[in-house]
Amino acid sequence: MSETTHDSAVGVKPPPSQDDRLTPAELAAKYGLSVSGARPSLAEYTRQLWARRHFILAFSQAKLTAQYSQAKLGQLWQVATPLLNAAVYYLIFGVLLGGRDGTPGGKGNYIPFLVTGVFVFTFTQTSVLNGVRAISGNLGLVRALHFPRASLPISISLQQLQQLLFSMVVLFAILLGFGHLPSWSWILVVPALAFQFVFNTGLAMIMARLGSRTPDMAQLMPFITRTWMYASGVMFPLEHMLRERANADSWVVHLLQSNPAAVYMDLMRFALIDNYPASDLPPHVWPLALGWAVVIGFGGFVFFWKAEERYGRG
Amino acid sequence: MAVAEDTGRGAAAESATTRAEQPVARPSAPWVPTVIAEELHIVYRVYGGTKGKGSATAALNRIIRRKPGGGMREVHAVRGVSFTAYRGQAIGLIGSNGSGKSTLLKAIAGLLPAERGKVYTDGQPSLLGVNAAMMNDLTGERNVVLGGLAMGMSREEVERRYQGIVDFSGINEKGDFITLPMRTYSSGMGARLRFSIAAAKDHDVLMIDEALATGDKKFQKRSEARIRELRKEAGTVFLVSHNNKSIRDTCERVLWLEKGELRMDGPTDEVLKEYDKFTSK
Repeated sequence: MSETTHDSAVGVKPPPSQDDRLTPAELAAKYGLSVSGARPSLAEYTRQLWARRHFILAFSQAKLTAQYSQAKLGQLWQVATPLLNAAVYYLIFGVLLGGRDGTPGGKGNYIPFLVTGVFVFTFTQTSVLNGVRAISGNLGLVRALHFPRASLPISISLQQLQQLLFSMVVLFAILLGFGHLPSWSWILVVPALAFQFVFNTGLAMIMARLGSRTPDMAQLMPFITRTWMYASGVMFPLEHMLRERANADSWVVHLLQSNPAAVYMDLMRFALIDNYPASDLPPHVWPLALGWAVVIGFGGFVFFWKAEERYGRG
Repeated sequence: MAVAEDTGRGAAAESATTRAEQPVARPSAPWVPTVIAEELHIVYRVYGGTKGKGSATAALNRIIRRKPGGGMREVHAVRGVSFTAYRGQAIGLIGSNGSGKSTLLKAIAGLLPAERGKVYTDGQPSLLGVNAAMMNDLTGERNVVLGGLAMGMSREEVERRYQGIVDFSGINEKGDFITLPMRTYSSGMGARLRFSIAAAKDHDVLMIDEALATGDKKFQKRSEARIRELRKEAGTVFLVSHNNKSIRDTCERVLWLEKGELRMDGPTDEVLKEYDKFTSK
């Protein structure tokens, strides 16, 4: 098949040597070549990922800036979108459907309760929705450059965290406006957010792998996250609504209260709203928050790594 | 893509003399293999290649019957290619459209799984294609930083090389374009910036897919010079191009693929002569 000539002055083939007797595999082993596109070990993968931490951060910030770069109001939409959502929910659920009943600490807490819930849930929701497109939406980057692919879902979750931190400024303003002055319990925001961030990152990695194989996930996920939102009590007190209005069994209440979105929302509300009674928190809320973070965070990472060599192919 | 074959003669002669002055840029350690392809076969599986995929009932039917795809077709794109590339070589890939050149590069880069056979590489080869889009909503400036970081440079390294990358791309020659979003760039400008970013790093194995054909002549010359530099830094460069002149100017070895098979592998002049004979038939 190949009509190679050895007598050329340029020399495209090496002169005869002992290497000629080696098979390609032996030759590769001799010079330390490795099979192209093989998946590194989990430890090596983690190390590579750590080496790209600056990329992950820069990528998340770049996405954040690019997000609304074509809108006239620009970055203002980062805060305006969840606020407008909260306004809609207030009208429909708060005023029309009477969702204010049973708000922990009294009806007057409804707006801080709602806005905190919307911001916290949006954090998880957008991590999921953007996570699905983490690989499929960045194919150009994936196919052009080599980096641990987990950088993409991680930076998506990091981008959402930064967005939430911006929104927190508005949230604090609203809280102050309703007379919830800063107290020591506000410090609890830090561990709650940290757990939620790890949970979201794991979830984004799971979604990224599913979305890279089955692009149809992107069509399906909005419905799933919406169901999740209604089932977690973003715009109404979950326990009150289930027990009083739906006459639900106890186990249903416990199940829904233990779901990660409800857990992280309730923790945040408990931390920020002054007279939010601890008795309104679901049982074992802190172990649940930590457990979800560890299980989904680590599990998602391993699940994503298992398919590392297949992303962006085909 | 016919880039001034006629006016290029002067330039070709010029680079021929420079090549004569510094014969072959080969580093001290001779004949270290960097890429070994062993009986490589690549098969694409194309879904919906025969029947209309768009029909919803057909798709539903497939799901219900749990068949992997209504009309799955296999395209055998690369058939048993074997070669060994050495450190310091620049290798051109030629062949008519659809002969498997880009597929072969993707396989070397580890982006396509091999059906049979194996590719061994030294480190992680980087594939630079014209269509490898960066983030269009971001400014060129940010893309440079992101691209550099993604390739594994440190922040300081990116800062140090930033000006060099921008100067090399020539984006700012006609005004302050580097601070504009990349979606406003022309396709040529985008390709130049991408090439500049990828070429800023010393790659063990760099593969370039038609990148040189997009830039203007001045940029082509600059990138050819950069490719020669990369080879001196002990790398291996693969170049896919339909422009024989840029192959002749940059590569000393050429692989000629036809219908997925390696038809010829040898010194540039010989292979190009045969290839010209073949194409003018």
